[in-house]
Amino acid sequence: MNAKLRWRKFVSNFMLAMTGVCAFVSVLVLFFILGYLVFNGGASINWDFFTKLPKPVGETGGGMSNAIIGSGKILLLASIFGVPIGFLGGVYLAEFSGKGMASVVRYAADLLNGVPSIVIGIFAYGVVVLPLKHFSAYAGAFALGMMMIPITLRSTEEFLKNVPRMLREGAMALGASKWKTIATVIVPAAYRGIVTAILLALARVAGETAPLLFTAFGNRFASTSFSQPTATLPVMIYTYAVSPYEDWHRQAWAAGLVLLGLILIINILARTILSRGIAVPRS
Amino acid sequence: MKGAGPSAGSRTFFSKLREGDEIARLVTMIFAATVVVIVAALVWELWTNSALPRQKFGFHFFVTEVWDPIADQYGALPFVYGTLVTSIVALLIAVPLGIGAAIFLAELAPPRVSDTLQFFIDLLAAVPSVIYGLLGVFIIVPVMRTVIFPALNTPFGFLPIFKGPSYGVGFFTAGIVLAIMVIPYIISVSREVLLSVPRDQREAALALGSTRWESTWKVVVPFARTGIMGSIFLALARALGETMAVTMVIGNTPKVAASLFAPGYSIAAVIANEFTEATGDLYLQSLIELGLVLFLLTFILNGLARILIIVTTQKGSGVAG
Repeated sequence: MNAKLRWRKFVSNFMLAMTGVCAFVSVLVLFFILGYLVFNGGASINWDFFTKLPKPVGETGGGMSNAIIGSGKILLLASIFGVPIGFLGGVYLAEFSGKGMASVVRYAADLLNGVPSIVIGIFAYGVVVLPLKHFSAYAGAFALGMMMIPITLRSTEEFLKNVPRMLREGAMALGASKWKTIATVIVPAAYRGIVTAILLALARVAGETAPLLFTAFGNRFASTSFSQPTATLPVMIYTYAVSPYEDWHRQAWAAGLVLLGLILIINILARTILSRGIAVPRS
Repeated sequence: MKGAGPSAGSRTFFSKLREGDEIARLVTMIFAATVVVIVAALVWELWTNSALPRQKFGFHFFVTEVWDPIADQYGALPFVYGTLVTSIVALLIAVPLGIGAAIFLAELAPPRVSDTLQFFIDLLAAVPSVIYGLLGVFIIVPVMRTVIFPALNTPFGFLPIFKGPSYGVGFFTAGIVLAIMVIPYIISVSREVLLSVPRDQREAALALGSTRWESTWKVVVPFARTGIMGSIFLALARALGETMAVTMVIGNTPKVAASLFAPGYSIAAVIANEFTEATGDLYLQSLIELGLVLFLLTFILNGLARILIIVTTQKGSGVAG
């Protein structure tokens, strides 16, 4: 009896310790990734990386200025496409919708959220690249914007619904129409949450590679317009990492460090905005 | 538009219109409807543009091993096989680790520690797949070739799954990279589900004299079982559709091989590699059909996962309230 109890306590402590090890190992992976990227990327990053164009194959040196600008262009365009649909769609779900339509939209958004990014790429290829006859920043932005919609939409809905009734009724009681209430009271009360959601959506698509492979494609030169093939950081990392050249590997590490740093900073920023508190207390 | 029918309703409609309510409703509705249109167009696009191989190969598409663009013969078996094998390997590694970590975060760690660790887990989930691929190519592939393969091949080489030679790239390497990528999803969702288990369940078990682990493993985890299954399905859906990291480490060889160390291919990887080079309608449409398969697989798994997670969290709040 006593021995059995001791055994049970030993098992309990041992297994609980093991769960701690699991958690520790999982978190350790993050620091391992960060450490390795900083170690490898830090050694190879330099001013040229940000300011120079890629050199022809075989020559060392050069940078990825075109990819940095390209990524910026595509992300900007993707936000212009994805954020309004997500935000206004979310407003509709939270404030205006009846039952039938809302559940269809919600279902569609969840479905879209689960679609593998490579499949989104196929769709963008068929819808944008084929009609325009060539790869372009538009096509890449269309694919990435599509991926931003469900995140923005569902979080906007969530945060708007969390705004307390009192605020809503206060505005209505003062005689404001519904859309005025939404525009001047409800959305401002929930804006921290919504901004967070948009930032997180942006951070998520900033690292996407697969949907850009056959939409924005890539370009070794600076592309001047939105309708040309455009280089992006994630695709550059991919092509450089699988190439046989030592110098390209070095630059892939540098690009990886820049990309990951950017994404983690956006993530941390977004989460601090949120943890500063939603402007209103939750019911 | 809705209230325009009866004359009594039309006045309220116009007064509402003046205040902008109906306009706002309509505008936001159009944007919301866009989401539905996009998803419908996605399904339509995938379906109509894969008609050729569906007619030509039918179900044989999935059981044929030949993938030969020159002879215009396309069979999806190597890709389906590679996708399934890598995902299974990933789950075998990720599920115990992820659930263990979730138990620690939900049951054992003080709230502050749990929240901090969860913050790091969320960051881990934000790391893009091409970064995992980069680390896979330059760290895991060499380690696989020089350390793990000899360690498994020397004692167990007689088993077909550990047969050599190893190039470092292959099913096992891809499975490990995938495991690292899906662990955050398993942890986050499982933690949430475990936290929603009502307090009295734990207290009752402890009051009956069970140890902390027994109350966790025999009461709390079974209570949250369906939700944990949901998190696993979610992770599986992620693993199946993952493209870049797998493309970079799987070896890109369209073969069905028994050995885990052999190079292979996956559905997402073949689309990523060959889509831009696909000349000829049948070739391109075969790739699109693979995309359709991927879409349907993740669609089913995500749907199942969502149902399981909702059922469990509602069960928890139902009992508590």
